[in-house]
Amino acid sequence: MTLLLDSKIPDGAIEEKWENHKFSVRLVNPANKRKFKILIVGTGLGGASAAATLAELGYDVEVFTFHDSPRRAHSIAAQGGINAAKNYKNDGDSIYRLFYDTVKGGDYRSREANVYRLAHESLNIIDQATAQGVPFAREYGGLLDNRSFGGAQVARTFYSRGQTGQQLLLGAYQALARQVAAGRVKLHTRSEMLDLVVEDGRAVGIVVRDLISGAVTSHSGHAVVLATGGYANVFYLSTNAMASNASAIWRAHRKGAGMANPCYTQIHPTCIPASDEFQSKLTLMSESLRNDGRIWVPKQADDRRAPGAIGTDERDYFLERMYPAFGNLVPRDVASRAVKRIVDDEKGVGPLKNGVYLDFADAIEREGHQSIEGRYSNLFEMYERITDEDPYRVPMRIYPAPHYTMGGLWVDYNLMTTIPGLYAIGEANFSDHGANRLGASALMQGLADGYFVLPNTIGDYLADFLNQPPAPTNAPAFDEAERGVSDRVDRFVSARGSRTVDWFHKELGKIMLEYCGMSRSEPGLNKALSEIPALYEEFKMDVKILGTAAGLNQTLERAGRVEDFFELAQAMCLDALHREESCGGHFREEFQTAEGEALRRDDEFAHVAVWEWTGDPARPQVNLEQLEFENVALTTRSYK
Amino acid sequence: MNVTLQVWRQAGPSDAGGFRTYEVGGISEEMSFLEMLDVLNERLVNQGEEPVAFDHDCREGICGACGVMIDGQAHGPQLGTATCQLHMRKFRDGATITVEPWRAAGFPLVKDLVVDRSAFDRIIEAGGYITVDTGSAPDANLIPVPKQAADTAFDAAACIGCGACVAACPNGAANLFTAAKIGHLNLLPQGQAERWTRTENMVEIMEEYFGSCTNHAECEKACPKSISIDFIAMMNADYLRAKLKNRRLVGQ
Repeated sequence: MTLLLDSKIPDGAIEEKWENHKFSVRLVNPANKRKFKILIVGTGLGGASAAATLAELGYDVEVFTFHDSPRRAHSIAAQGGINAAKNYKNDGDSIYRLFYDTVKGGDYRSREANVYRLAHESLNIIDQATAQGVPFAREYGGLLDNRSFGGAQVARTFYSRGQTGQQLLLGAYQALARQVAAGRVKLHTRSEMLDLVVEDGRAVGIVVRDLISGAVTSHSGHAVVLATGGYANVFYLSTNAMASNASAIWRAHRKGAGMANPCYTQIHPTCIPASDEFQSKLTLMSESLRNDGRIWVPKQADDRRAPGAIGTDERDYFLERMYPAFGNLVPRDVASRAVKRIVDDEKGVGPLKNGVYLDFADAIEREGHQSIEGRYSNLFEMYERITDEDPYRVPMRIYPAPHYTMGGLWVDYNLMTTIPGLYAIGEANFSDHGANRLGASALMQGLADGYFVLPNTIGDYLADFLNQPPAPTNAPAFDEAERGVSDRVDRFVSARGSRTVDWFHKELGKIMLEYCGMSRSEPGLNKALSEIPALYEEFKMDVKILGTAAGLNQTLERAGRVEDFFELAQAMCLDALHREESCGGHFREEFQTAEGEALRRDDEFAHVAVWEWTGDPARPQVNLEQLEFENVALTTRSYK
Repeated sequence: MNVTLQVWRQAGPSDAGGFRTYEVGGISEEMSFLEMLDVLNERLVNQGEEPVAFDHDCREGICGACGVMIDGQAHGPQLGTATCQLHMRKFRDGATITVEPWRAAGFPLVKDLVVDRSAFDRIIEAGGYITVDTGSAPDANLIPVPKQAADTAFDAAACIGCGACVAACPNGAANLFTAAKIGHLNLLPQGQAERWTRTENMVEIMEEYFGSCTNHAECEKACPKSISIDFIAMMNADYLRAKLKNRRLVGQ
């Protein structure tokens, strides 16, 4: 073990740690903040909120996004809502309960102190967003409405119809736009980070390719913040946006940042099943639908009758049967595995028999068409546009799909990676969700990190560099990184093989979904670890990329992202092999209970596995951070 | 099914550009329009021709990155639907489909079907926000917002910034986009303090980049979120009132 994994968890009782920490870290005085340049990559909830807040504080901020506008980041697609322990419903919620639910929901593989802080800041996020004009759903009296979500027995989820992510992102984007107009943020659109620059062991800048001109340039700052999201697109078919990728965090990993728990991926239970082989992505149907929809399959295998013709006694409401206490609202990992088992048993429905029903008939009868329409109209319309079926009349068909990655760059309590000066926030880091993320918690984490955590912790690092200018971009470390990027681009555009980038991406995705998806085993993972390097070699020899390095070249952009996925995929499989237990979204077939539920092994695996780059993607070095549980007792999760 | 595409190809802003015809056979009607373009691009690469550049990302109708003119209609024939959510079952087998970029002076062409929509960001920067520094917000339930006001604000806030309204407008006007943001913020109690400066500043920046509205209402038809042109009327009313409002008295 050679990485220094000091989590910097503050002393004191869990309720006091964050307050104590804010008091003990060093500050930068207001007049000095403008002397520090901070580079932020990504403009989703984490990046946009961090950029706006740091600029409000007075820091000199530069922001980079590969999109044409900061508003396009994939946070925009989050549907269901955002959790906050406001207890407006008077139903027994509290910061402690949100903290407890999140640690339990993560199957006891997250850091208590981070999760408590997240639950604490959840209150401030709702206040901040409301003041920005985010149009959350309201009651007739004008106060905020809540709904319940998977993994919780209280209603603590705030929402804006089925477009909560969009509204929260636009709030953060507008706050960022205000700082751009004020000249305190410099915005670089259509600019993709292709490498991190490290000098004397510290992150000092990034190398960026302008996607319109093709120009490769260096940018230097006192600190670099990666807010670049997750890597579920390693599976090719996922609910992520087409361009979502791992390149920024993977390039940082290659420069020395530890990669934590890369095998922790979330397969979301309610997505529209694939319809044909050309499908480019899968579409999520918000988990909030499980509040009113009942999941079932025909009891009899290969029952080809229309769903309406199948009587109630001939249906298996399997989640309600298996988990009577939580029913259709069990956490995502539990629901996804149950659906997979049912479909593997040949009980699947639909033309390809690759889904289960999510039925609203009972809810419509109970609450009326209008009430259901008020809650879900835009989701029902989206479903109908994609499938040509009307969910008010015919049950939806759903199946699990890769959705979110809990793994990511290792960070300490300050959100700093193992490279001093390099921070990772939001989905790009590993910190708060353990082995499984609860619904409506991703928006919460992205905004907590960006609005409230990073702005309070980054000064502690910067204070050492007062009155030192950022590293000059003609320093050797920048030259070398820039040359590396240009060489790689040249290598791609001279590739004249026979297969397209997307072909390789699809093939990689098939391997990952088969062997490193919802269910994993030692033989399967070993098979993946022999097939992936072989396919990667073929990619290097035989990929076909047209066009030039100068100007807009979308195939070239994808080639770099897919190449990084090849390396990351190996780390995911190695991590899944290392973790000889089942926990949360990570299910090893060898480790299950008699009922087929996940079997955790706390004695040996209550740790974070942090992988260190060695130069060979097949042989990274593992480092461990032991997790301490002082407040929440480790028990077997039960949702029965 | 089989379709014939006439696609606008243009290597760069200064290139002349022109239509190219492509036969795309053997596609499924379950495919989205963009998946059909993916298939075309895979075939083009295999044949050694550069693929067609187009913007897209989330493919679920919310990021606003995609958008092309399909047979002269922004986002194609289906109402309230972005290009990525349009499926091939909406076309007939054997159809000839014309595919062009957004055409508007406010959106300079970048390449093929890709245009530069950064003028939209300039409009938001001019006042499309509520000034509230992080940390200074009061409790969220301190200010009740009547449900109807909140719901109408949401209807406006649903805008995805795709630019279809501009592309559909014979004048290349961005009034629906601008009015949607002004409507969202001006309807809420939180947005009142900056209501008049916001309206004035955003409208005037809009007019620097885009044409003028003459009430054709093509924008409403093209909008993938079906945002109502009522918001344009509200914006016009607020713009007029902003010119007359004594700012020292807006707190009353």
